[in-house]
Amino acid sequence: MNRENEHPSREIVIPGDLLDSGKLKAGSGTYVQDGKVYAALLGIKSVKSNFVNVIPLGGRYIPSPGDTVIGKVIDIGPSNWLIDINSPYPAPLHVNEVPWRVDFGDTARFMNVGDTLLAKILMVDETMRVQVTMKEQGLRKLQGGQVMEISYSKVPRVIGKGGSMVQLIKGMTNTRIFVGQNGRIWFDGEIESILFAIRAIKMIEENAQMLHLTERVKEYLESVTKQEGASSG
Amino acid sequence: MGGNSNVKLIDDNGIRMDGRKADELRQIKIEAGVLKRADGSAYVEFGKNKVLAAVYGPRECHPRHMQDPSKAIVQCKYNMISFSVEDRKRPGPDRRSVEISKIISEALEYVVFTENFPRTSIDVYIEVLQANAGTRCAGLTAASVALADAGIPMKDLVPSVAVGKVNDQVVLDLQKEEDNFGQADLPMAMIPRTGEVLLLQMDGHLTRAEFDLAVELGTGAMHKIYALQRDALARRYAVEGGSEESEDEPQTAQRTEG
Repeated sequence: MNRENEHPSREIVIPGDLLDSGKLKAGSGTYVQDGKVYAALLGIKSVKSNFVNVIPLGGRYIPSPGDTVIGKVIDIGPSNWLIDINSPYPAPLHVNEVPWRVDFGDTARFMNVGDTLLAKILMVDETMRVQVTMKEQGLRKLQGGQVMEISYSKVPRVIGKGGSMVQLIKGMTNTRIFVGQNGRIWFDGEIESILFAIRAIKMIEENAQMLHLTERVKEYLESVTKQEGASSG
Repeated sequence: MGGNSNVKLIDDNGIRMDGRKADELRQIKIEAGVLKRADGSAYVEFGKNKVLAAVYGPRECHPRHMQDPSKAIVQCKYNMISFSVEDRKRPGPDRRSVEISKIISEALEYVVFTENFPRTSIDVYIEVLQANAGTRCAGLTAASVALADAGIPMKDLVPSVAVGKVNDQVVLDLQKEEDNFGQADLPMAMIPRTGEVLLLQMDGHLTRAEFDLAVELGTGAMHKIYALQRDALARRYAVEGGSEESEDEPQTAQRTEG
């Protein structure tokens, strides 16, 4: 279990593993018993500014305020929509939280069941009642396009450092992409390019822990886009 | 508990029918993440026992009246497949499997941080593919690995084993003949680090001294099973481990626009 490499902070921990006995504070994915910090999740141990955290390797998306997510309308009421955000908790979107003026009972004219939208988590209370909003720049209904789902824990890899990975995919495949924090990814563009982008993202998801992933993805996209150019030209 | 002492289950050298000593476990094999569709899964072999466990959730709790506004509920379904035993097992829930489902959910509910997911249910499905005594222990061992694999926050893994009494001797990890013709069966589960007992049942009779010896044998065995469980989970991600390429913390990862 003791992975002897030069990155001790990359150690895989299992629920019940002792993370620290007194010096560090308990962060996310941990619990405290008798003053000692133990792992609560299967994940990677990381120490940051006096906190020990466990970064999960899997699990369900749990909403937290400020997250941008891709939702699907699953129900409509006279003054709200019910949005599935790929978590155990569906989130109501009230008419006051959309950028349009909606009359009472007129909700279906704006968004209907099955529509996809980009929204932000407004509030989550202690009983995990979630509210989402669309009243912010860039948040909107997503018309057309394709949606794929990946594990939410892989989202940071898909985005890459400072958005480098998703920028690369967007640039090389010439597609429009939105990545939701809840593990949903929306694409729009030529069907072939979308397929390449989806394959690239599947590659990232499967090899999330691999070294030099950005280069690998770049190589892959270069090879397919070159073929594409050759066959069509 | 047939209690039929005519059957010779342990020979004069103290060797059992399958060649084990009294304090020896069966061959145990644990594998995590064997099912793709489930959120978490595990496959466990305890000798001839073959058990598959799958975990879904936390997900919205149905039926609605079962949900708890303050915490998640752990719903476990233990099932023996019709071909898991010699005579075909009539499919469907029966008295025994309802009981085992209940005790396993209660054991798991204790280790999972259920208060993190109010109003949800965490569903655990245990399928016994082949049975050879001690399936509830194998099932619980598998279920706790599957829960960890599903990324559910929990205190610790739960190893489980049965100890019994055969030919007036306390032996570890009963197999089918010993279970059928032995004098007592004592399945148990605990958190090895703290010694908290999560499951303890007894069928048959043991004296106080025998019981103490049984618990001692079981505790030692559970530490071994615990190591195997940890190993199974570590192995699952070992191939992928050791990445140094950067990544933002989930919190800082930003949305990018097309």
